[in-house]
Amino acid sequence: MATLAGERPLARTRGRSLLAAAREAPLAAVVILGGLALVALLADVIAPHDPTLPVAGGGVFDPPFWMEGGRVTTLLGTDFQGRDILSRLLHGSRVSLIVGLMGTLVAGSIGTALGILAGYVGGWVDQVIMRVTDAWLALPAIVFAIFLAAMVGPSMWNIIVILGAVYWTRYARVIRGEVLTLREREFVKLAEIAGASRWRVIKRHILPNVMNTATVLASLTVGVVIIAEASLSFLGVGVPPPQPAWGLMLSEARPTLMAGQWWLTVFPGVCILLIVLATQLFGDWLRVRLDPQSRNL
Amino acid sequence: MSRFILRRVLYSLVTLFILSATIFVIVRLTGDPLALMAEASARPEDLDRIRHQWGLDRSWPVQYATFMQNAFKGELGKSFNYRLPVSELYFQRLPNSLTLGIAATLISLLIGVPAGIISAVKVNTWWDYVAKGVALLGLSIPGFWLGLVLILVFSVWLRWLPTSGAGDWRHVVMPALALGWYFAASMLRLTRSSMLEVLGSEYIKLARLKGLPDVVVIAMHAFKNALIPVFTLAGVNLVVMVNAAVIIEVIFAWPGIGRLLYEGIFQRDFPLVQGVVIMAGFMIVAINLVVDILYAFIDPRIRLTR
Repeated sequence: MATLAGERPLARTRGRSLLAAAREAPLAAVVILGGLALVALLADVIAPHDPTLPVAGGGVFDPPFWMEGGRVTTLLGTDFQGRDILSRLLHGSRVSLIVGLMGTLVAGSIGTALGILAGYVGGWVDQVIMRVTDAWLALPAIVFAIFLAAMVGPSMWNIIVILGAVYWTRYARVIRGEVLTLREREFVKLAEIAGASRWRVIKRHILPNVMNTATVLASLTVGVVIIAEASLSFLGVGVPPPQPAWGLMLSEARPTLMAGQWWLTVFPGVCILLIVLATQLFGDWLRVRLDPQSRNL
Repeated sequence: MSRFILRRVLYSLVTLFILSATIFVIVRLTGDPLALMAEASARPEDLDRIRHQWGLDRSWPVQYATFMQNAFKGELGKSFNYRLPVSELYFQRLPNSLTLGIAATLISLLIGVPAGIISAVKVNTWWDYVAKGVALLGLSIPGFWLGLVLILVFSVWLRWLPTSGAGDWRHVVMPALALGWYFAASMLRLTRSSMLEVLGSEYIKLARLKGLPDVVVIAMHAFKNALIPVFTLAGVNLVVMVNAAVIIEVIFAWPGIGRLLYEGIFQRDFPLVQGVVIMAGFMIVAINLVVDILYAFIDPRIRLTR
């Protein structure tokens, strides 16, 4: 993780280096994430059945097509209400992607703003922000999220706000540290001497220089947020039924787990695993890409 | 040194104050608990009586002050549902959560430390790549899903282990593995980077120059120092696991603190929820304070920085 502001590419060359970077991104991660984004966009078109209604003419707990009793119309089987698992998985990718990205965006915005404020303004503002950050860090994030979700009530947008409100602390801490060193750098000092307002210094000189770090942190937060959403939905305080979400599907599969209907549990879990794995791979690559100092770690 | 400790203690108290006040306010912002607790046919004067009995008719600051006063005496209020002191319920469940947490910590150490050492010693060989892959999977597989798959394999298909409840060691294996899995990955990463750092240091180079065999250098010199941060993390993780294992405890019907919290949430038992959450915060603030002070003893540089 970058705590020091190393030599960063200038804004002008960034566009070109990004293009070059796209070619060396980890293939597996790009394929999985790109594929999922496509699936989420086209779920209405490619899903063979309505994800919230029982398949006409099908039974409940039909196994995948290759097993005895399975049917080709419901490739991955049906659930306890006779709904098509594949269609629910395809639609469920929307929830995971939207919550993962939006939750990270909310967390990143809160944390980056507070980190810059604490680091640049300093003094009592810094003290207040850092003590609140400490208090937030004192609770295990997932316990805090469950607590908030139970208090606010289940809905996808509530979950986004809640996860954003829980996972901002890491940004605040890391970015405050970066800003403390940036503040002493000459270009910042010169801008201040030249009479630039605080707001202008933050906008023109501080923010662009912490964006790399914020991006790396974001790439590492997405997976955590996706797993947190699945956990909340599993516990019944996340995305409410009948909306298809992977965590909710796992929760609905649980009462009949002992009956050995493995496809209800395995498929949604594999989906979560794949998407989180892809974001981790992508994040690892991005970290090395944006922060040469961590390359040998 | 005493100034350092004083400042840390002060910070911890401030942290606890902010945390408890936040929890307290959020609980009260989300509606009247009595509306959910009392029956629909309850008369208004009965509601008022109950409200008075639970102290809910007083202003928030007064309620908070009373709560904190009692909390310092070890009293966290009384559960609506169980009609028992929250602290009693908490300490009833604590041993179970400790058992699970310790087992999970052992598993995370047993997987993470050896794998981390091997991957650091044999850096950039296929050993290292396998270890990196394991670490990546550890962070990507949701612990609760791992728990479900373990139940499927070891209880439903193989019939080796019981699915739920607490009893002998066989009840602990699956929840501990599901809980420790994620932490094993973070142990692995920390052990690896810590070993790499120590192996690159001057005194290790000196030990090698003296002609000591590799095994001695790694086992006697590098290992000891590299493991200080690892065991610190294990200690902190243990406290986190004791308090944060909600979903694993729910899946395996493990009678620990996490499930107490879960039950409290679904029964709208807000003194219980408030008490359990604040206890979690208290334990984590306490362990962090201990770690900070211990590190300041070991490393004087920490005392001088802010």
